[in-house]
Amino acid sequence: MKIDLKVWRQKNQNTKGHLESYILDEVDAEMSFLEMLDMLNLKLAKRGERPVEFDHDCREGICGQCGVMINGIAHGPLKNTTTCQLHMRSFKDGDTIYVEPFKAKAFPVIRDLKVDRSAFDDIIAAGGYISVNTGQAPEANSILISHDEAESAFDSAACIGCGACVATCKNASAALFTSSKISQLAKLPQGKKESSKRTVNMVNRMEDLGFGHCTNTEACQVECPQDISVLNIAQMNYEYNKAKLKK
Amino acid sequence: MAKEIHANIPEGDLKDKWSNYKAHAKLVSPNNRKKLNIIVVGTGLAGASTAASLAEMGYKIKSFCFQDSPRRAHSVAAQGGVNAMKNYQNDGDSVYRMFYDTLKGGDFRSREANTYRLAECSASLIDQAVAQGVPFGREYSGYLRNRSFGGVQVSRTFYSRGQTGQQLLLGSYQALMRQKEQGNVQLFTRHEMLDLVLIDGKAKGIIARNLDTGEIERHGAHAVILATGGFGKIYYLSTLAMGCNASAIWRAHKKGALMANPSWTQVHPTSLPQSGPYQSKLTLMSESLRNDGRIWVPQSNNEQRSAVEIPEEERDYYLERKYPSFGNLAPRDIASRAAKEQIDAGKGVGALKNAVYLDFSHAIKEYGQELIAERYGNLFNMYQKITGIDAYKEPMKISPSAHFSMGGLWVDYDLMTTIPGLFAIGEANFSDHGANRLGANSLLQACVDGYYITPYTIQNYLADHIQVEKTDTNHPAFAEAEKQVQEQLNRFINQKGTKTAEEFHRELGEILYDKCGLSRSEEGLKSAISQIQNLREEYKKNLLVPGDAEDINSELEKAGRVNDYMELSELMCIDALNRNESCGAHFREEYQTEDGEAKRNDKEFAYSAAWEWNGEASSPVLNKEPLEFEYVQPTQRSYK
Repeated sequence: MKIDLKVWRQKNQNTKGHLESYILDEVDAEMSFLEMLDMLNLKLAKRGERPVEFDHDCREGICGQCGVMINGIAHGPLKNTTTCQLHMRSFKDGDTIYVEPFKAKAFPVIRDLKVDRSAFDDIIAAGGYISVNTGQAPEANSILISHDEAESAFDSAACIGCGACVATCKNASAALFTSSKISQLAKLPQGKKESSKRTVNMVNRMEDLGFGHCTNTEACQVECPQDISVLNIAQMNYEYNKAKLKK
Repeated sequence: MAKEIHANIPEGDLKDKWSNYKAHAKLVSPNNRKKLNIIVVGTGLAGASTAASLAEMGYKIKSFCFQDSPRRAHSVAAQGGVNAMKNYQNDGDSVYRMFYDTLKGGDFRSREANTYRLAECSASLIDQAVAQGVPFGREYSGYLRNRSFGGVQVSRTFYSRGQTGQQLLLGSYQALMRQKEQGNVQLFTRHEMLDLVLIDGKAKGIIARNLDTGEIERHGAHAVILATGGFGKIYYLSTLAMGCNASAIWRAHKKGALMANPSWTQVHPTSLPQSGPYQSKLTLMSESLRNDGRIWVPQSNNEQRSAVEIPEEERDYYLERKYPSFGNLAPRDIASRAAKEQIDAGKGVGALKNAVYLDFSHAIKEYGQELIAERYGNLFNMYQKITGIDAYKEPMKISPSAHFSMGGLWVDYDLMTTIPGLFAIGEANFSDHGANRLGANSLLQACVDGYYITPYTIQNYLADHIQVEKTDTNHPAFAEAEKQVQEQLNRFINQKGTKTAEEFHRELGEILYDKCGLSRSEEGLKSAISQIQNLREEYKKNLLVPGDAEDINSELEKAGRVNDYMELSELMCIDALNRNESCGAHFREEYQTEDGEAKRNDKEFAYSAAWEWNGEASSPVLNKEPLEFEYVQPTQRSYK
């Protein structure tokens, strides 16, 4: 099939970006979206031009490194799907596709479609863990966790840290990302001890890093590849208020 | 020429060796630890767990990864589970049995003492992961749940749905970030190690490239740990992430670290088949699917009917037929080879006739769709996204794909390479899996190496270095290494040929799949070696890398990795050619039993082949580490 691509090109943070037009004639419906970009890059390289820089690694939807806006939607038209898992069968011959980086103040563009999401690591560093050193752990079955609690914690823990929630939010809020970790750990008995401190530190860090506030539009869950629930945000708010009241 | 290599296995009975080691290993006192710097390259399970554990003890760590966050390392993609000897199921498990299963699974080509230690340390890992908040599958009562994996007859696999690697990695990543926050770890993401620096024969640092700016940096330390994973990506099409590579271990090899059994690559039986020439990777479907899925092919060649139209009596459940006691849970090497046999015989299914069926209809009938969805839901979803097919309604199509490197840097019992101060852990070393790794032992080995072994063994090394000053990165050895790295990058950029690194890589991958993959022969390997030599010559003249070296440049990153593959691939073929026997994943057509199984030759080949770089890719020197079996009598492996 023939695809008319409009791709965001930007040399670095300090220069202005623009959309560049490329026509691809031999796109196969079975190709993944990233393989289509590989095809474009091979073409550009052969012409002596700079290939489009884009983020990707595992290409099986779990590492969270890929992610672009496709026709204005984070990770493209398929629900709960990362960019790497999107295939060209979701498009048709003659389509025009706009490809842009995830845009947020806290995610500066590095080049073309690549953005810096290290702010997510900083949020985790502020408290997204249980403070246990190697060697301190008690026998695993001494901590009983009911099946449903464990499954619910897993649902929160499944976040892949891709940043689609931030990119899609009109406020560029990281509430879904931050809350999924806070609520995973708050749901587990071994994580409850530090919950107040963790919640306050992570929320403060999130704000310091320039992410916006959550205004409950729930757009984040819609475009989340793992379908992380916005109820995590409710739990984060609950944990936060609880921590503040305690003081 | 060959040097004597010593595994340094501690004295005592098998079950006492690790305790004896720990009882007598040298220690560094807490107030001295902060003076000692350790570089850890790689942030997968092995790298993150060791960096966090050592930082918790008080060492100063520099942690490097090429990804944009440590959480993206490829351990994240492991699906099915992690093995541990807890015997929660009361089904006959023991440390000895787990040790024996692993040794036998590896076709008696690993070191007894290392393999035993892996089983011995496995239980603590589950305790640690649970304490970190890893949400493992649970019974309704709240107790931990287990499943079965290939090559064993007990249930000792712990899992978090189909995302066990992700959850374990997040546990160690979070521990790492906690140490970063406390100032004990400096994190260098988007950095790639391009050389190892030796001073007076000891590992003292690395040269790294900042992938976002192109800057070349020098980093010094008292010891270096490589936790850089496997190199199955050398086959181009593989289950690995696009960025996985051999460069860190290969460049260490060229600086003197021996490389052991490099040709032993596990080909995973349940990945998705190739669908076209543009394909960039093959997606893995967890082995756990074989707990409930049944593998079959049509009995007749060139079957035109769809899977659901083929009646029971015209299907060949060939694993159940050939291996009745293990059935669909035969180990990976055997399951992959059996699939290849069917595909080669013309029974393959799918548009390219390159797949076999993995069928859940029986399990869905027996347990209901809901339970199957709870066990494998995310895998079924993934399958649908990639293929557009609903596997609840018709069987999956699966095919073998390059997956795990059993080979890697040679290490002794301390996990130290032949370069003093250079350690290799996780998939980057060769140590525990012999010629075939059992499913769910990979996450285990990465964690055990990182959490429980290096914290002892690196102390044993560093105890003699507490008086040693910080490494001076102005030392001529750093300048020389940096110069070499810079020159190589410039050479790639300035060549201005016509073929990209990716195009070369695809060609190399085809040669390897064809001649150094699931089955190998003397004739095939010899021709592969000459093809690789020709391709390498062409690579030196005709490589096309657009852009420059002083900026972010993905094509330049690939050029360096493929350059190393061009050399490593020849060593793999030389290694496979040298080993005139079949064992585990290494199947030489000339050496098979009457019914087509791998035929070992213990008399001549009960050794690990540890290869030494000799200045040129075609003439490595073979060193042998004899494998002595004191506690186990190697037998002909049987899963029938």
